[in-house]
Amino acid sequence: MKRLTAIAAVCLLASAGAHAADPNLARNLAATCANCHGTNGKAVPGAGMDSLAGESKAKLLQKLADFKSGDKPASIMHQITKGYTDEQLSLIADYYAAQK
Amino acid sequence: MKMMLMKRRDFLKAGAAAGAMASLYGCAAGNKAGGHVVVVGGGFGGATVAKYLRMWSEGSVQVTLIERNPAFVSCPISNLVIAGTKSMEDITVSYDNLKSKWGVRVLQDDVLAIDTAKRSVKLAKGGDLSYDRVVLSPGIDFMFDQIPGLNNAAAQEKIMHAWKAGPQTVTLRQQLEAMKDGGTFAIAIPKAPYRCPPGPYERACVVADYFKKSKPKSKVVILDANEDVQSKKGLFVKAWNDLYKGVIEYRPNSEVKDVEVASKTAILEFDKFKADVLNIIPPHRAGNIAAQSGIKLINNRWVDVDWLSMESTSTPGVHVIGDAIFPAPTMPKSGHMANQHGKLTAAAIINLLAGQAPNPTPVVMNTCYSFVDAKNAIHVASIHQYDAATKLVQPVKGAGGVSAARNELEGKAAMGWAKNIWADMLA
Ligand SMILES: Cc1cc2nc3c(=O)[nH]c(=O)nc-3n(C[C@H](O)[C@H](O)[C@H](O)COP(=O)(O)OP(=O)(O)OC[C@H]3O[C@@H](n4cnc5c(N)ncnc54)[C@H](O)[C@@H]3O)c2cc1C
Repeated sequence: MKRLTAIAAVCLLASAGAHAADPNLARNLAATCANCHGTNGKAVPGAGMDSLAGESKAKLLQKLADFKSGDKPASIMHQITKGYTDEQLSLIADYYAAQK
Repeated sequence: MKMMLMKRRDFLKAGAAAGAMASLYGCAAGNKAGGHVVVVGGGFGGATVAKYLRMWSEGSVQVTLIERNPAFVSCPISNLVIAGTKSMEDITVSYDNLKSKWGVRVLQDDVLAIDTAKRSVKLAKGGDLSYDRVVLSPGIDFMFDQIPGLNNAAAQEKIMHAWKAGPQTVTLRQQLEAMKDGGTFAIAIPKAPYRCPPGPYERACVVADYFKKSKPKSKVVILDANEDVQSKKGLFVKAWNDLYKGVIEYRPNSEVKDVEVASKTAILEFDKFKADVLNIIPPHRAGNIAAQSGIKLINNRWVDVDWLSMESTSTPGVHVIGDAIFPAPTMPKSGHMANQHGKLTAAAIINLLAGQAPNPTPVVMNTCYSFVDAKNAIHVASIHQYDAATKLVQPVKGAGGVSAARNELEGKAAMGWAKNIWADMLA
């Protein structure tokens, strides 16, 4: 048990110490959008929300950037996109682009 | 440093639970999470964490969800049931998909207590369930002792809170239907923090809308224990002035201290108010199961959590989410936020069960829509990012905000929000 503890501690130091990003960061960030845009970006059909699953990354990122800059008028997305860094928006776009 | 050490010890424990042997073969990155998670409460937080644990672990984490009610009944949109434009059917969703599609074991039962040392849960129908980690999303329970006249079962059958959707929603609707035209509906709001900051003002609006159409001589009085409107103030006040002049009356600093049930009279500090339909939302706190299980409460009301994992700061292995927690700065008690807590927790538990640290940079966000009549709505939104210095999720400055103006498009978005969040939890 002692040996095990030591090995595990080394592993933890390696990951926690370097503040490595979580391997599922994109998934976790994208899930913050799912309340409105559906689990994994598959919105409920006919409920008026955009599905994001399978959209091209370029298109998603452009939309998000336009909301953030105010170029694209919105009721709420201009307020929400400002809460995420550009890197986070890029991870979110990656994740949804990869969904089928 | 002390914090770090404590957490490290916790990961080790979790790693051991998930299968100690795996850790011998190198760092945890390739480990698969295993183990049994018990979720208490199938509301916005609990249903979400149950589904996401199963989905994200690809079925390797076993999940048992215990909920006392046979089906999920949504508080969001329940004000429209009270106003008569939606039905109970519209706000009720079955747990069947959680069972058949996601493999969650759903038990309709009441959790009586949790033995956090033995890591087991005691059920009302008999038997104990052991767990590797437990998630409590019990919502709220009311502090009826703060309103002595309401502190008995008979009184609670006459004066509704309708602040948990279900039979009380139906009864309040019936009381409004039975009220004579020219009567007064009074809604009493407790001091913040309470569940759904804009909810009571929404209820006042949609009931006033019903009165305008069906009982035009009737009035709505808001008895607010707070000194001002708690959410979307400008937009609500504008709706009251534009749509409900002479119908809605707002009274700040009007805390209800007691009630005379027979005469439907709310007793304030220096005043009394007699209504024809009296709706009192008593102060509330974390669902009783938290205190019953010996989890430390702040102000004897809310559970303090570690924002990287939503684990209770007092009790290892117990994660608490939703309305029951002591919120981070400016964080509302909302269904949307409970759902976000659920996802943060699912991700953290899967990491912990595989012997890994939780995501060091979690983000949660909130969107709350409120109807101001049957069709028009307004929103408030905020985004909260983890801040390592304060160890809290902090609202992002310059992001979020409220609607420019009420409109029907937002009313459609509000229904779209509801349908999608119900599916995100339960479909
Ligand atoms: C009128 C109204 C309108 C609202 N509108 C909105 C809105 O538009 N948007 C929004 O985001 N939020 C809204 N809310 C707030 C939202 O309903 C809550 O924030 C949300 O329900 C909190 O989720 P939770 O999981 O913490 O608790 P809940 O959803 O209340 O779930 C708790 C569950 O646990 C069960 N339970 C508790 N203890 C036990 C036990 N010991 N054993 C077994 N089961 C147990 C309960 O039966 C319940 O089903 C509204 C609330 C109200 C009252």
